[in-house]
Amino acid sequence: MTSIILLSVLGIINLFLGFLKSKRILLPLVMLFLAVVFGVNLLDWNNTQTYFSNMLTIDNYAVAFTGIMTLTTLLILPFSQNYIDAEDENLAEYYSILLFSLVGAIMMVAFENMIMLFIGVEIVSIAMYVLAGSNKHSLRSNEAALKYFLMGSFFTGVMLFGIVLLYGATGTFDITEIGAAQVGADGTTNTMFVMGLLITIIGISFKISAAPFHFWAPDVYEGTPTLFTTFMATVVKTAGVAAFYKLMAGAFDASLASWFPTMIAITVLTLVVGNIGAVMQPSVKRMLAYSSISHAGYLLMTLVSFNDFSENALFFYSLSYALASVASFGVLKLVEEERGGNHSFAAFNGLGKTNPLLAFVMTVSMLSLGGIPLTAGFFGKFFVFSSVIAAGNLVWLVALAVVLAAIGIYYYFKVVIAMYLQPAGENTKVSASGFAIAVLVICTVLTILFGLAPGLVSHML
Amino acid sequence: MNQIPEIIRTIPLEYYLFFSTALFVIGIIGVLTRRNAIIIFMCVELMLNAVNILLVALSAYRSDPNGQIFVFFIMAVAAAEVCVGLAIIVMIYRNIRSTDVHLLNHLKW
Repeated sequence: MTSIILLSVLGIINLFLGFLKSKRILLPLVMLFLAVVFGVNLLDWNNTQTYFSNMLTIDNYAVAFTGIMTLTTLLILPFSQNYIDAEDENLAEYYSILLFSLVGAIMMVAFENMIMLFIGVEIVSIAMYVLAGSNKHSLRSNEAALKYFLMGSFFTGVMLFGIVLLYGATGTFDITEIGAAQVGADGTTNTMFVMGLLITIIGISFKISAAPFHFWAPDVYEGTPTLFTTFMATVVKTAGVAAFYKLMAGAFDASLASWFPTMIAITVLTLVVGNIGAVMQPSVKRMLAYSSISHAGYLLMTLVSFNDFSENALFFYSLSYALASVASFGVLKLVEEERGGNHSFAAFNGLGKTNPLLAFVMTVSMLSLGGIPLTAGFFGKFFVFSSVIAAGNLVWLVALAVVLAAIGIYYYFKVVIAMYLQPAGENTKVSASGFAIAVLVICTVLTILFGLAPGLVSHML
Repeated sequence: MNQIPEIIRTIPLEYYLFFSTALFVIGIIGVLTRRNAIIIFMCVELMLNAVNILLVALSAYRSDPNGQIFVFFIMAVAAAEVCVGLAIIVMIYRNIRSTDVHLLNHLKW
């Protein structure tokens, strides 16, 4: 809770810091802010409280996911070097929007009331519409912003309609009360309730880019400036999936029968579309966009088979995915800047010779995303799959996911092959600031650390 | 002011349900078929307002103020969305001198 207030206030302070002549001081200050928020957030650990007459609950689940999201934002910020160097960029505004959207993301993982879920989703989404179009003179960025905005507000309307139908069926917005009212006295579920539930599922599926509502994601991820794509692929997705899990597994567990077929269909489609789609992509950025769709599918697997361990599996998977994504998008951003906006596979040719460190970081994060042992990604997949198997009767889903993960290794290795086996040609050495290198090394070290000792964080919740 | 819920309740709840569903579907059809970004945006607003009508009706029928409070939240958020959305549309108009969404096809797979 303190983290929400602190982030809002710090965001406003940060806007005023934009008046300062020197832009160099902004980045260290914002990182300091986020570090403070990260620490303050941890103070709520094991201290469950509700706020605003039961609108928000800060429990361990919320604290853990807030921790991931704050840490991820902290790790993303150092890649904003090109905005610091450019004269006419509105750096303070971008940082503030990121801080404000983090407030929305925290609301999404701590909501106890549908109103808070809606407000959280909207705070995150509206901030992302702005950032998607932040490169005003690029037609691609414009198009990404318009696509994201029109489809996002459309699906916001859809989600709202679902929430209202749930309200009509149960007479309350409180998720615990909706959960208590979902099954009638005669053991059947109200038709209006089921309709509302399914429509709400559609709305949230869009926000986490689950198939068949994923069509916007590759285009928007490609057109958005890479710094903000990283934020979308990590923080926004983590918040969306955590909110989805809290809603379905936490509140609507009693009416499982009415939403289970839909969720299974969405999960399977997301896994298939994400992995098969990524194989065919010509550029690394689009490949990573499709891979983020497929990772949404793996995350959703915890949701259809929720049991005592799923929260931990979800947490560990989100953490490993966030670390690997920050590293891979970070390297992509540095390479892309050096090559004049080219983010095809050819841009990575010979990176192993020109920049051994960047190539190593990229390799580790690709291995982690692909789920190769000794990286955090392997244990992420391991925990998710074992929690699904523990639920029984869904072994076929795990088998399908394992096959698709094997396909995933193919497209992740396309990058590795380009870096180490292709000649550099005209590709020159990529320059990187010390801050960015430090973040990449931290991500890589954490990825390997959690791959060697997953027990450090895997049983916290 | 006290009679307003009673006035609302003079019409059966099903009528509100059908009316707002119809409005909502009109909005969906508009979003799917129109080409002008501003018209699409208007259709999205129509969907949000269909939701608002339904919320008010349900709230009056259940004598529960929560639904009406939610309407205020939706209005505030919709206003924020209008700000950002119109800014994006203006930005695009400055670049391509048009608001036709079919002209924006640089991102394809």
